[in-house]
Amino acid sequence: MRFVDEYRDADKARALAAKIAALCEPGRHYKFMEVCGGHTHTIYKHGLEDYLPESISLVHGPGCPVCVIPMGRVDDAIALAEQPDVIMTSFGDMMRVPGGRGSFFDSSAAGTDIRMVYSPLDALKIARQNPDKHVIFMAIGFETTAPSTAMTVLRAAAEGVENFSIFCNHVTIIPAIKAILDSPDLRLDGFIGPGHVSTVIGCRPYEFIAAEYGKPLVVAGFEPLDILQSVYMLLLQLSEGRCEVENQYSRVVPWQGNTVALRAVGEVMELRPYFEWRGLGFISHSALQVREKYAAFDAERLFTLPGVRVADPKACQCGEVLKGVLKPWECKVFGTACTPETPIGTCMVSSEGACAAYYNFGRFSRQRVREVSIESSRA
Amino acid sequence: MCLGIPGEVIEILPDQPDLARVDVSGVKRAINIGLLADDPPVPGDWILIHVGFALSKIDEQEAKAAMDFLTGIGQAYEDEIAALLESRIDERQ
Repeated sequence: MRFVDEYRDADKARALAAKIAALCEPGRHYKFMEVCGGHTHTIYKHGLEDYLPESISLVHGPGCPVCVIPMGRVDDAIALAEQPDVIMTSFGDMMRVPGGRGSFFDSSAAGTDIRMVYSPLDALKIARQNPDKHVIFMAIGFETTAPSTAMTVLRAAAEGVENFSIFCNHVTIIPAIKAILDSPDLRLDGFIGPGHVSTVIGCRPYEFIAAEYGKPLVVAGFEPLDILQSVYMLLLQLSEGRCEVENQYSRVVPWQGNTVALRAVGEVMELRPYFEWRGLGFISHSALQVREKYAAFDAERLFTLPGVRVADPKACQCGEVLKGVLKPWECKVFGTACTPETPIGTCMVSSEGACAAYYNFGRFSRQRVREVSIESSRA
Repeated sequence: MCLGIPGEVIEILPDQPDLARVDVSGVKRAINIGLLADDPPVPGDWILIHVGFALSKIDEQEAKAAMDFLTGIGQAYEDEIAALLESRIDERQ
């Protein structure tokens, strides 16, 4: 465990915490949003807020791709699965996400052929193996998974596979951040930027956040010390009157991103005029659709979709959680009617959802408990 | 699905050069390396894998940290690894 200790050392964490506390202006309250669900997970698992002064709060953002899929799109996917001779394929994360008419699991139990796959390439293989069926891949995710979908479509085109298409639900992170910045509900002091999305898009797309909105952003890694370091870098910028995009995770994230991945996405997909996000509503140019050139691989063109907008259950407050307005435990049904076993909202379904992360690590109380989970995790 | 899984490249498949055989937690699976075409990995390199594709090259230290992050996640990681073990993207049929 020699390597990992470097990112987990409790003494280093305490030293960083002291530096963070020293940078806080007396009487000022700081609110930073971590955009990525993976960061939310680390924050809850290690109780990182317990290391921070009371004047700093971390709020959770919309960076969980399963969580932001609106119910109507789940219903559309189930309608596709119900077409004759169709095999629907999906990442496992998606299987329990409730639509207006139930989940993929419910639909599968009712007789549709919905199969879990690890990779879109597995879906393509199922198409090759079943030439008398049409295989649809439920494509979801931010810029981390969109390149894989694009590469799979390119492969299908190169091989001349005629019974494969994608139901494209890929979303892009920048418009969601912009929607949050434009929202009157929330005043933020800066952003902890997503790690893996940034390996694809790089750091440059965030520059408008600093330039136009005057908020600093630090792209961060997933270890506890990465997050504390990023909070320190944000505070240092604020204390020095700077407002920039910085890269704490440069050991993985190149400033320019992955240009091969961006080219593949740009070849196969283009921005939709608008797309509905669960909780955030319709956001313009925030999602991807298949280009005309690859229409033969676009399930939305090949089939007729119901396309019905379905409102979230009244009790569900995922929207407020996704915007960072509510903490998970402030939702009325958190941990009672809504649990990972019987989720009402998407934030409780995905392991990257803020509610599931909070629930799974037993942080039911708002009271800060000073457990030193960084040390205990070193076993 | 969003989890990046670290793996060590064992070999590039001679008949399918966009695929590499990669050791992930002691299990060998084929992974697509087409997204690293600008700087292709060689045997011994570590990569971060997302849904069957290598998205970035990393060093061994980062691989260790990434693996530790994943094992700390618990069930979601076990599901992801179980799904990866089911994955056979190198088989043409």
